[in-house]
Amino acid sequence: MRHDHIISAKQLSRGDIETVLDHAADIAADPGAFADRHSDTLLGMLFFEPSTRTKMSFTTAMKRLGGDIVDMGSVESSSVKKGESLADTVRVVEGYTDALVLRHPMEGSAKMASEFVDVPLVNAGDGAGQHPTQTLLDLYTIRENAGFDDLTIGIMGDLKYGRTVHSLAHALTTVDARQHFISPESLQLPRSVRYDLHEAGAEVREHTDLDEILPDLDVLYVTRIQAERFPDESEYREVAGQYQIDADTLAAAKDDLTVMHPLPRVDEIAHDVDETTHAQYFQQAHNGVPVRMALLDLMLGGDK
Amino acid sequence: MSDNDQQLRVSKIRNGTVIDHIAGGQALNVLAILGIDGTSGDSVSVAMNMPSDRLGHKDVVKVEGRELSQDEVDVLSLIASAATINIIRDYDVVEKRRVERPSVVEGVLECPNHNCITTEDEPVDSRFAVGDDGVRCEYCDTIIRDDLPAHILAE
Repeated sequence: MRHDHIISAKQLSRGDIETVLDHAADIAADPGAFADRHSDTLLGMLFFEPSTRTKMSFTTAMKRLGGDIVDMGSVESSSVKKGESLADTVRVVEGYTDALVLRHPMEGSAKMASEFVDVPLVNAGDGAGQHPTQTLLDLYTIRENAGFDDLTIGIMGDLKYGRTVHSLAHALTTVDARQHFISPESLQLPRSVRYDLHEAGAEVREHTDLDEILPDLDVLYVTRIQAERFPDESEYREVAGQYQIDADTLAAAKDDLTVMHPLPRVDEIAHDVDETTHAQYFQQAHNGVPVRMALLDLMLGGDK
Repeated sequence: MSDNDQQLRVSKIRNGTVIDHIAGGQALNVLAILGIDGTSGDSVSVAMNMPSDRLGHKDVVKVEGRELSQDEVDVLSLIASAATINIIRDYDVVEKRRVERPSVVEGVLECPNHNCITTEDEPVDSRFAVGDDGVRCEYCDTIIRDDLPAHILAE
């Protein structure tokens, strides 16, 4: 890996992605072989907004590599509450640790923070911006289930504010996937992502109705439509029900369709889908550990 | 009417900069970009919507006693890509050049995304990559295509 910081999926080449995923597969096959890999390493966890999966999987990944974490704790109990800037916080914590993981509610926060530190920094989600490690575990799951060749993927839900969608869309251009975006018109992709996809020559279609495209899909990636983003609750109610799937919905899909979701879900995937062979979202979440182990190992010099 | 005659419509300056061939109606935005609001004591002349063979209508700004830096000229290019910069010393044009669009502008524009980290109280300037048809925030990726002057940071 030639990147000191992992800020955006846009910085990852096809080669970078394959390197991480291959390494993750090696780790998943024999996790014990990597147990003491980074026994002297401390990872600084800076989570400025709530997180369950991302935070726990980074913690697990570091500990499974033999290292440990230093956790800033909640914003309420930190110096941030006293008005400390993000730039100061990261400069202080880099003195304690060997690498940093940052989750922050504002777009561009990880990029800015990376300009103030010398230790590697990983963006674990910056507002509605990017979430590159989620993308890596998404790609790992896609590669395991559907492969990257001749891939047709549908991405449905909140495409406007969903950082996992923005990162994944960028990364999928490196494998030449056909991308179908399904959302209410009010939650379509932001201008910058459309621009990048166009520049990358990606094959992209937009839909408001899943039925138009469901039978063609190899992967359906569902995200939560966030009620809190709508200026008017009635507007949300109008569209929300149209973007829910259940086992009956999937009757029109290919038998080997893979259904994914970055989680947490609310009601966009009914529980009866869990019992079908399509459901891969829990495995997807579990894949976060070997993928983040692989990324940390590579960033911290494991490829030497 | 020659360019020379037009420039004489407002008084000649002894030393300073004449910014010519600004698209009609953009002169006040040029002043905003240069941070000229009349409070610094600079003597400034503005001619707006004058006939121009090249542009149809153009604005001209003359700033007495101040030679623009290359950084300032770069930023001007965002809204006045056809402008020419004439440096005046002792009433003579000693240097004449066209503006060129820079690849990046820093600390000049405010990101319109209120959730962008550059809008917070952090020790970082805004930074926009300049493209053919707009600018893009290098922190949050927000693209501005229209109405750039509305996003110029106040001094």
